[in-house]
Amino acid sequence: MTDQTTQTPVSTPARAKPAKGGFLGLTSNDSTLLMIIFGLLIFAPFILNPFPEGSAMAQFNAGYPDLMQRFVIFGIFAIGFNILFGLTGYLSFGHAAFLGVGSYAAIWSMKLVTLNVIPAIIMAIIVAGAFSWVVGKISLRRSGIYFSILTLAFAQMSYALAYSVLTPITGGETGLQIKNTDNPLFGSLNPGEIGRANFFGLEMGNSYMLEIGNWVFTFNLGYYIAAVAMLVAFYLSIRIFRSPFGIMLRAVKSNQQRMNYTGLEPKRYTLWAFVISGMFAGLAGGLMVAMDTQVGPERMFWTASGEVVIMTILGGAGTLMGPVLGAGFIKYLENIVSKINKDILHQWFAFLPDGFEDLMVTLVYPFVGKGWHLTMGILFMLVVIFLPGGLVEGGKRIAGLFTRKKTADKES
Amino acid sequence: MSKSNFTRRGVIKTGAVAGAGLAVPQYLRADGHAGFTNAPGDSEVVLGFNVPQSGPYADEGADELRAYELAVEHLNGGGDGGMLQTFSSKALDGTGILGREVKYVTGDTQTKSDAARASARSMIEKDGAIMITGGSSSGVAVAVQALCQEAGIMFMAGLTHSNDTTGKDRKANGFRHFFNSYMTGAALAPVLAAQYGTDRKAYHLTADYNWGYTTEEAIRASTEAMGWETVNSVKTPLTQTDFSSYIAPVLNSGADVLVLNHYGGNMINSLTNAVQFGLRDAQANGKNFEIVVPLYSELMARGAGANIAGILGSQNWDWKIENQLGAKYAGTNAFVQSFGTKYGFPPSQAAHTTYVQTLLYADAVQRAGSFAPCAVVEALEGFEFDGMGNGPTLYRADDHQCFKDVLVVRGKENPENEFDLVEIVEVTPVDQVTYAPDHPQMGGADASLGECNNGA
Repeated sequence: MTDQTTQTPVSTPARAKPAKGGFLGLTSNDSTLLMIIFGLLIFAPFILNPFPEGSAMAQFNAGYPDLMQRFVIFGIFAIGFNILFGLTGYLSFGHAAFLGVGSYAAIWSMKLVTLNVIPAIIMAIIVAGAFSWVVGKISLRRSGIYFSILTLAFAQMSYALAYSVLTPITGGETGLQIKNTDNPLFGSLNPGEIGRANFFGLEMGNSYMLEIGNWVFTFNLGYYIAAVAMLVAFYLSIRIFRSPFGIMLRAVKSNQQRMNYTGLEPKRYTLWAFVISGMFAGLAGGLMVAMDTQVGPERMFWTASGEVVIMTILGGAGTLMGPVLGAGFIKYLENIVSKINKDILHQWFAFLPDGFEDLMVTLVYPFVGKGWHLTMGILFMLVVIFLPGGLVEGGKRIAGLFTRKKTADKES
Repeated sequence: MSKSNFTRRGVIKTGAVAGAGLAVPQYLRADGHAGFTNAPGDSEVVLGFNVPQSGPYADEGADELRAYELAVEHLNGGGDGGMLQTFSSKALDGTGILGREVKYVTGDTQTKSDAARASARSMIEKDGAIMITGGSSSGVAVAVQALCQEAGIMFMAGLTHSNDTTGKDRKANGFRHFFNSYMTGAALAPVLAAQYGTDRKAYHLTADYNWGYTTEEAIRASTEAMGWETVNSVKTPLTQTDFSSYIAPVLNSGADVLVLNHYGGNMINSLTNAVQFGLRDAQANGKNFEIVVPLYSELMARGAGANIAGILGSQNWDWKIENQLGAKYAGTNAFVQSFGTKYGFPPSQAAHTTYVQTLLYADAVQRAGSFAPCAVVEALEGFEFDGMGNGPTLYRADDHQCFKDVLVVRGKENPENEFDLVEIVEVTPVDQVTYAPDHPQMGGADASLGECNNGA
């Protein structure tokens, strides 16, 4: 069905027998992968802050709470998207709608019920799941391009509704925030005090600064809560990939007709995949609100849906690590490269003679600052053309250079 | 391949060792003692300029950024000093702010609240910005203002015209110099009555989002108060580019004035459609048919070209105002002079408001003798100043909104160049556009600033 659009290699089919009694029911390869993710998440504040404070390279540091949270949240979003797209090949162009719906659910939970983030996140998952069931039920009547267009239409509809018609519920263009007039059911706020999202009393913004020499590392509570969610999401994704259900989803991708003829009903499986990935999106939306208590409708705009597609394909659709890598990559470009302005470029090339300096700045400037979209577009093209399996394939090829013999052995 | 088996015990052991290793060298950062977020060091202070560099308002964002750079130059003693020469407060002396050199970081809001907040948060968390300013849309301004309130950072709003910014969404740490929908309505109504009479029937086309609603509400309220009748009001989708189907029914509706509550690309397209339909030459109820555009901007005027000829609207400021209306609006020429010298063309009102906001912030810090947001808020509240191009101006303490004269302008019939597209019809004095802080259009009695926040 979608063979011409997605030529991603289906990753190794699930082993017939998962190693019995393995760690959390994972094979050793998978548990290694989970441990790598675990390590990356725990040590992210160190890994992302390699340059000392105040040095010229410090602007490439990404280890501040907001961006670390974004890496993780969009990682979850992409992991969820990948369960649908990577396994079944159904390209949803409206996934941002579930993220947005989840966000609205979470902020209402905070405004009305409690400022604790856990109920808010659970609400987000439930509401996004329910909404995706409705959208999936309708959209999955079609496949291929028609499915994509239907989901896109739903997402744009949700966006338009949130932007104007549903203004009393969504706050319209200005969106929703927690105000000093909000008084949640459970909670003790002084009159006039603006509530803050918390985790059983601990505020999301709480950070611990660790100074070692010139380096400053920030450990943020909100980030670690998001990281736990990411770990759970990644683990679930591994389990789904390796389960019989996951095999069914792959079967949908490779030949839906044959599946029909063998008496299986593909729609049952695709609908569940759709709902699960919608719930992942809801989780991401809920986390976004937990970290930064604000929702705006443009979270559901079609470009946001397109972004998660790009993240997944850039990283490697159908692979476990790919979407996470892709999400990190794009968010890094968006937040770090977009902040390089002309002044900074002039500082970089200050060592060159004047004419050359200006020339270099003129040459580089279109690709940084507001031109980061251009850089991303070029990278995306290069990846799609030369590495159809995404960044993960790139990684594998590099690894292959060093361990040629072993891979040859395996393939035989 | 070496075989590694994860056992529960093994994982717990490794985790415990790693945790203990992490816990050893922890101690808190020193600047926590300064009592507010991002307290600057002794040599420099960082401001965050958060403007749209991509998206529909990118041109306005670019002009805002030019003005910011100019303001920083002047604060650090470079250039000719611009409005520092005419500003009524003489606290700033060209040695930065409180003796610290002013540095800045820039970010792209993409005219999206999420992106704007991400960018603002990175300025606060990574670059240590002490004040955030910018924004070219009310949604973004409201979102970033709330973020700054939460983080304990000052927010000096840029181009935002919706009532909500200093109305129902006002915040103690946020200040707006630009005018708002209510002021537009109050300023335009008397001029409309004088030019077109008091027995007109108006038809509103309104962009279907927050700013559109508040603007329509303001215009309706003030025109109906002087005798106009509102025949109909139709909401148009923000993404609409062809307004023919909305314009066609206008002529047969019995209306004789069309009010376009549109901004940016919307306004360019709807106005162009309206003129193409011949509304400007049409007659209705025995009168000439008229079109009104509440909020004018130089950029929109440029986009709409000859179609704006003769159409009334309002502005916060215009670069010709001092030349035409005299020394009351001092500061204008000084600013236009230094902006023109640096960039080669006159500044837009977006550039003006952001430049002024930066100077006002710097001045407030200087007068307060501290960067602590609460001290700055106190210095700005109720601050009266002059020499910033708008005449005598008040930063009202109740809602952190600036009160000053509002310009009513008309598109020129024969513009000489692309920067001189509008003529000033009248300046509505500040008294006529002043309203009560708990005005129903501004959120009523529920709206409150809350407490100023110094952060950590």
